[in-house]
Amino acid sequence: MAKLAGCLRAGLRLAVLAGVAALMAAPSSEAVAGVDLPKLERGKGEKCVEDTQFMRRNHMDLLKHQRDETMRKGIRTTRHSLKRCVECHASEKTGSVAASKEDFCAACHSYASVKLDCWDCHATRPGKKSAASPHVPSQVNGGGQ
Amino acid sequence: MSEHNKRDTMQERRDFLKAGAVMAGATAASGVLVYSVAHSRAPEEGASASKRWGMLIDTSKCGDGCNDCVTACNTENGLSGETGPQDSQYIRKLNIKDLRNGRVHELPMLCQHCEHPPCVDVCPTGASMRRADGIVLVDRHICIGCRYCMMACPYKARSFVHEPLTDQNPEVPRGKGCVESCTFCVQRVDRDEQPACVEACNAKGHQAMVFGDLKDPESAIAKALKSQASTEVRADLGLNTGVRYQGI
Repeated sequence: MAKLAGCLRAGLRLAVLAGVAALMAAPSSEAVAGVDLPKLERGKGEKCVEDTQFMRRNHMDLLKHQRDETMRKGIRTTRHSLKRCVECHASEKTGSVAASKEDFCAACHSYASVKLDCWDCHATRPGKKSAASPHVPSQVNGGGQ
Repeated sequence: MSEHNKRDTMQERRDFLKAGAVMAGATAASGVLVYSVAHSRAPEEGASASKRWGMLIDTSKCGDGCNDCVTACNTENGLSGETGPQDSQYIRKLNIKDLRNGRVHELPMLCQHCEHPPCVDVCPTGASMRRADGIVLVDRHICIGCRYCMMACPYKARSFVHEPLTDQNPEVPRGKGCVESCTFCVQRVDRDEQPACVEACNAKGHQAMVFGDLKDPESAIAKALKSQASTEVRADLGLNTGVRYQGI
């Protein structure tokens, strides 16, 4: 089963490569290039809690799942918590994830033109208290792979 | 995706083992520690119906003009401290006067965390909810700001946020268009701390507020309720409030 998935993935990769090659070979390659992708600031931590590609597609589902677990059931795991995202991804310059258009969340969301409601209520800056909290680091390490 | 799930399961297993190791260490260390560890819960455990959080307020110990519980609440939850009709107040000091004999006294009024909360009954979206451990909360993610719950609450415990907010406390998200009220400082309770108001009252030396698990016969609040008379405000409504008063 895994082998089959692996083959499929390899096949898909080949197809993508072929597509890219075709695009590059096309005479109108400048027009296809379009807008530059947003440049994201690297998080403070060593590694994200999940794979970058996985996060790009699924972060909203993880956050939504976590929000209901925490809010309604009182489950306070930190692996997919919004607060932990902010602590790691807050910009060095603005100290926030959404204060300027270059900040982590705002950069992609303004590029994709998707409005964010999170920051109407949630803090975009890490709190002072939780940064000093002694039990947090062990959980962060536990959250890595 | 299956890889991801597998990782999660492994993670849970690791966390569980870690928690077990901590527990075993504490058991070996001292009897006192065992007690405290046994009462805390792991982050992945969630609120349990085996607890019911409650508060006992002795109004005779409540200091005249003392506002420390209110100030501590405002700081913890990021409230402005203003007391106008459009300002959020999770806890208020009330002055009560018995007109027949002129007796005046003060008491703090907050969400009573009812067992049968009218706010939850009337909520059209399910945003107003009672957690398994008895804490009544507003899920701001699905609150539409209709304010039915504010009408339904007999204790006038809820507020509505009218203006956009900035610089919230990371642990207490709050924003415009939602109803809010006392949460028993759920973020503190979940890490085994007392609500901010209780801590402030004790720090002041008044000891007028006791917070704890009503279902644990060994807790200070359960013992106090068993041995001393206490009342619910508007007991006639049969809401079985989590907050009880003495001296009113």
